[in-house]
Amino acid sequence: MIAIIGGGVTGLSAAWWLARAGHPVTVFERFIVGWEASGRNGGGATHYQSPLFHEEQRLWPMMDELLGYPTEYRRRRIVINLTQEDEARYRSMALLTRAMGYDSEELDIKQLRELAPLVTEQALSAQYFHFGGHANPQRTVQAYAWALQDHGGRILQHTGVDGFVTRNGRVVEILAGGHSHGCDAVVIAAGPQTAPLLAQLGVDLPLAAARAEMIVTEALPLMPVGGVDGNGLYGRQTLRGNLAYGGGPHEWLDDDAYRQPARPTTPLLRNLSARLATLFPRAAHARVLRSWAGIIENTPDGRPVIDRLSSPDNVTVATLSSVGFGLSPATGRAIAELVTTGACSFADIAKLGLGRFAGLPADWRAARGWQALVPA
Amino acid sequence: MDAAFPEAARGADPWAIDGKFALPDEHAQLLVVGAGPAGIAAALEGARLGLRVVLLDENPVSASLMGLDVPLFYGQRMTAAVQEPARMVERLVASSPGLEAAFDAGVDVRLGITAWGVFANGAALNALPARVAGLSDGSRSWMCGFDALVLATGARDLVLGFPGVDIPGVMGARALHSLLDRYDAFDGRRLLILGSGDLAARTALLALDRGLEVAGLVEVLPQAQAAPALAAALAARGVSVLTGTTILRAEAGGLTLDAVVVRRDGVEHRIACDTVCLAIGAVPAIELAGAAGCRLAWRGDLGGHVPALAPGGATSLAGIFCAGDCAGLAEEGACTEQGAAAAQAAQDWLASGTQQHRGSLAPAGEDGTAYRLAWMRALLVEESVSAPVCLCEEVSRAELLGIRPPRYLGCRSDRMDARDGATLLRDGPLHPDQIKRLTRAGMGVCQGRRCREQIALLLALTSGASPADIPLASYRAPVRPLPLGVLADGDTMQDGWDVWFGIRTQWVPYDAIGTADEAALLHGNMHA
Repeated sequence: MIAIIGGGVTGLSAAWWLARAGHPVTVFERFIVGWEASGRNGGGATHYQSPLFHEEQRLWPMMDELLGYPTEYRRRRIVINLTQEDEARYRSMALLTRAMGYDSEELDIKQLRELAPLVTEQALSAQYFHFGGHANPQRTVQAYAWALQDHGGRILQHTGVDGFVTRNGRVVEILAGGHSHGCDAVVIAAGPQTAPLLAQLGVDLPLAAARAEMIVTEALPLMPVGGVDGNGLYGRQTLRGNLAYGGGPHEWLDDDAYRQPARPTTPLLRNLSARLATLFPRAAHARVLRSWAGIIENTPDGRPVIDRLSSPDNVTVATLSSVGFGLSPATGRAIAELVTTGACSFADIAKLGLGRFAGLPADWRAARGWQALVPA
Repeated sequence: MDAAFPEAARGADPWAIDGKFALPDEHAQLLVVGAGPAGIAAALEGARLGLRVVLLDENPVSASLMGLDVPLFYGQRMTAAVQEPARMVERLVASSPGLEAAFDAGVDVRLGITAWGVFANGAALNALPARVAGLSDGSRSWMCGFDALVLATGARDLVLGFPGVDIPGVMGARALHSLLDRYDAFDGRRLLILGSGDLAARTALLALDRGLEVAGLVEVLPQAQAAPALAAALAARGVSVLTGTTILRAEAGGLTLDAVVVRRDGVEHRIACDTVCLAIGAVPAIELAGAAGCRLAWRGDLGGHVPALAPGGATSLAGIFCAGDCAGLAEEGACTEQGAAAAQAAQDWLASGTQQHRGSLAPAGEDGTAYRLAWMRALLVEESVSAPVCLCEEVSRAELLGIRPPRYLGCRSDRMDARDGATLLRDGPLHPDQIKRLTRAGMGVCQGRRCREQIALLLALTSGASPADIPLASYRAPVRPLPLGVLADGDTMQDGWDVWFGIRTQWVPYDAIGTADEAALLHGNMHA
């Protein structure tokens, strides 16, 4: 049995790829699948910086069919240029992605407002990326979970992992929910908990957890393109019509913050509201229905770790460092290959190895100012 | 690799929240939210103890919020009078003698002011410079700091659905009391009342006192439930209770309610009425306490989930107290006592910084859980599978229990068709927030006020669990659906705002990592 620790979007996707290839998998989830940041994010799927970008772009249009359940995926993305600084930044993003073979065009204000009628008339221009896109995180995590069950995989919810039994340099048992579960291989993709789990295996993974917030409005008439970013916000108009947006400052948290059930939001929702109303003045009347927060882990360089350990050599680790949702179809496939063959066949992911943090100063969090605030 | 972080930037993350929240726009020594009996008592006692007290009440609620059934289930039964705020304020003051006493005692009384959020440092949050409440007058919003806070937010309507529950004219008992007592703005003539307990009986008597016609009370149980004195008062006025009767549907004549069809002893009866008043129960209004992060507990004897309180009404959050119906449904006299006790406890806390145990916990009433479940079960007649559960998002009972994706997705999938609540239950206990994510039930503009209790009861019945064991769907700020333009602050954070974490190395294209091109790509891409 292959044990997947963490029922977030990365672990579920890996479990699904393994299950559909005929491997017996068991997912251990501390609470309910997709409960944390996997189900509470902007739903974006445009990660040009990743070695898995091409696979992300290739797989998303097929995911509904492959999974058998809806993800609400929609292709294409618009990034609004409100300032000349934005224009410079997003033009360079267009150049970068064009060099990778992905089309985009610059829209003038008239073209922009045809595709995104809520956008402010003050916008200078926009980049229209004919790739990337967005999906519904909550629906997608459940789709992975159901699809892997359809392939014979098991999900144990409300089953946190307490420890491991190793023998001859391999993890042979998972201790979870008061039971021992024999295993042939392990995937640890447990968000902020990945680091303490690895520590139990004598492996150091530098991670820092932080809280980030989003808001969602009531439904508005659908814009032709729902994936519209700008004014310091990321997010999307859902297929129902709600504007779901986040962005702005985060709060660094203690390593064990995830243990608390609280995911508090703050008056930051007013700043998010202000920015959203500026980006979409025609939506200023839209009522805000909720805000929410997620706890997200970051590595010191903000890049993922996707690596199979050398010791214990049957453990594969994955943390996506705060950008896991969109990449999940490709990440899961890469992890599944690491587990079964020891290498990723479709992309070079060598630079995402854990070894890059060797020699990292012990005070790396302090050096970045990534420390938890001290209670007043 | 830490060369990526030059010395100049060491030790400070410009993109973190640290120090970015402005101090609140105003400050109250004792802030009291809700000017019902408990809130007024808290404000008066606070003033007597020498505290500077601000007393808020969201009433008069704007006509547009009422139209959304926020915060009560008004069922579009408001007269046009609610469109005139000044007139509504006059009626509100006239109907609440305690308000004048509070004015006289020097309390800063503010009507028509909504508290849409309460924020305090605690688990996973230390960024706030002060404990604050988010307030709004409907046209703008601002933050009010407080030394102590008494939540006296009352109760709201318990809504259980049947076919036609979405027809204008179907409403809740708390909303009816509000329209009759507080606003004198009820637009109906002949009511059918669902339930036969004390709330239903009092509702019927109030309606009769206001010259309205009461078509009867409907009770699914074999016996009427009201206390003997109330039952006798009803009987004396010729109001009958149809026991052992279930609701099949409400019917519209034109745009609004015309009649209700019930079934008794296998026989259908059509009862003409222009209003159906759900008076099966009420629910403590714990939105603010829940969104603030107060620890909550299930108390069936108090009407459902309530904040876990120490004597004196202290919540789990320092300086935040709770009194009246939001602490557990209580009689008016008990609400007054609790309000005063909360103000005293707040004063003790302010003076000593420690929590004094004074006053008493909300007295336990009869546990109404079994009664609510009996109603829910009776409404689960076969004809009612299409009954709306979530009125905002148009999710029917069958769609909820079938965990169907929303209709607008037009999902056609054999695998999806093989999934339902029963298959989901195999993975573990059902959680309303998970059901919400999948079906959208509870995601609408009324913020789940009209469906959350019904969803919890349906999940309890489906899974064979006690309602006590169904987790509470989370409450989040803003606890009133306010427009973006109203919540928008006047002083947007400009500096240190990034789309994401502002980690420059995060967005370098993979191929450039470790090459000569990397340094140039640390800037000028997606993010700061």
